Amino acid sequence: MMARDALRRSWAIVWKDLLIERRAKAAFNAMALFAGLMLLTFGFALGPDAPSFATGEETLLQHLSPGLLWVAILFTGQLAADRSFQLELERGGLDALRVYPGDRTALYVGKLVSNLAVMLLMEVLLVPCAAILYSLDLWPRLPALSGVAVLATLAFAATGTFYAALTANLRARQVLLPLLLFPVLIPVVLAAVKATGLVLRGDPMNELGSWVKLLAAADVLFLTVSALTFEYVIEE
Amino acid sequence: MRASPAPDVSTHRAQDERVVVEARGLRRRFARTWALRGLDLTVERGEIVALLGANGSGKTTLLRILATVARPSGGELRLFGVAPDQDPGAVRRRLGVLAHTSGLYGELSAVENLRFAALMYGLALPERALRARLAEAGLARAADARVGTYSQGMLQRLALLRATLHDPDLVLLDEPYTALDGSGLALVDRFLAALRSAHKTAIVATHAVERSLRHCDRAVVLTAGRVTYDGPPGAAPASALPPALEQVP
Repeated sequence: MMARDALRRSWAIVWKDLLIERRAKAAFNAMALFAGLMLLTFGFALGPDAPSFATGEETLLQHLSPGLLWVAILFTGQLAADRSFQLELERGGLDALRVYPGDRTALYVGKLVSNLAVMLLMEVLLVPCAAILYSLDLWPRLPALSGVAVLATLAFAATGTFYAALTANLRARQVLLPLLLFPVLIPVVLAAVKATGLVLRGDPMNELGSWVKLLAAADVLFLTVSALTFEYVIEE
Repeated sequence: MRASPAPDVSTHRAQDERVVVEARGLRRRFARTWALRGLDLTVERGEIVALLGANGSGKTTLLRILATVARPSGGELRLFGVAPDQDPGAVRRRLGVLAHTSGLYGELSAVENLRFAALMYGLALPERALRARLAEAGLARAADARVGTYSQGMLQRLALLRATLHDPDLVLLDEPYTALDGSGLALVDRFLAALRSAHKTAIVATHAVERSLRHCDRAVVLTAGRVTYDGPPGAAPASALPPALEQVP
């Protein structure tokens, strides 16, 4: 019964957040444009035809594309996490959320799922952009790439939601959020970049499994710690 | 919040039936500033209490603590006979809160805002029931309009409706008269009268002394985080009221 109530509350948050995102298109569009511009800027900065020093078969952009893609996703994900609590602050919604009965973990799960959905949707737009801009042949590798993306994005969303709640009431939250979030996410970024590179370039040494395991472990760790401590974070 | 020693169960139940709010020596500090300095307050079931005081006297801080949104730095608090940190869910289920800000989502319609609140309170209210409530509050025609397009009066109506959607036993109102025109003021008056006739308990923090005292059984005046008057509204000595506020005629 309690679990069903908690699920209903989580679902209410997801429904409300995604409905607001769908209607306030400006925020999502701005984030998508920001991420697209980042990819484009990297392209200009590194040059489309500069050869890679590592292998002669691909361009520098293609060689660095996993890192560039995940940096764009990281920055955009941080904006999405911040935005999800910003919309609560606009009319005092965070206090209203605190007044509702029930386990605070349900709030966390609701916010996490809505942030995850926004980030995954962003990636659905970003990955083809990267494929076009950096001349990547993604189609045959799409299933493996999707798996890596879901695992890494879950870790991003779990941590991003937690830290966005932690900094929601602070005046300097837009500066503090990346300062707190990015160092924690370094292992996830590293694993996501390595795994994506192995998916794109092939995996002759069978290393992909280790990086995927690291991503899965990060998911379990971040989800558990965030869910268990969210109650204290959301309190004033 | 310090938990008091467990009382005898029968005494506890009897108190629960009679006393809704029991605060003893409540303190709250923000950095070096004390917003509440050992506040004592008891509110019994069915009482409508006006909480008066100048800006910074601690009214909103007290309401936020009673709403379980903020924790006191010291002292004891029992709501419905229970320390809020012992069973926050049970306490919150019985609270209705109208805060300074509406807590409504501008991108959602009135029906959607109420549906969200109903889901969060675990209420199985069909859309027909939500629309009926909106019609009672005079918002039937605007039920599907986005709340971001509402006037202040309409927002306040919807916020009051949402605060009482789950039929709470204790209603906390923070400045319900602020920024309202004549019809909005009358709406809050009617709301308080309805609470009184339903024998609900309410605490109304306000600067609209004359208006609120018409509906209240008691006036509690806060000065610098302490209760400086607690008694019948008409008997409040002028010296007990903050200088900026007027006495009831």
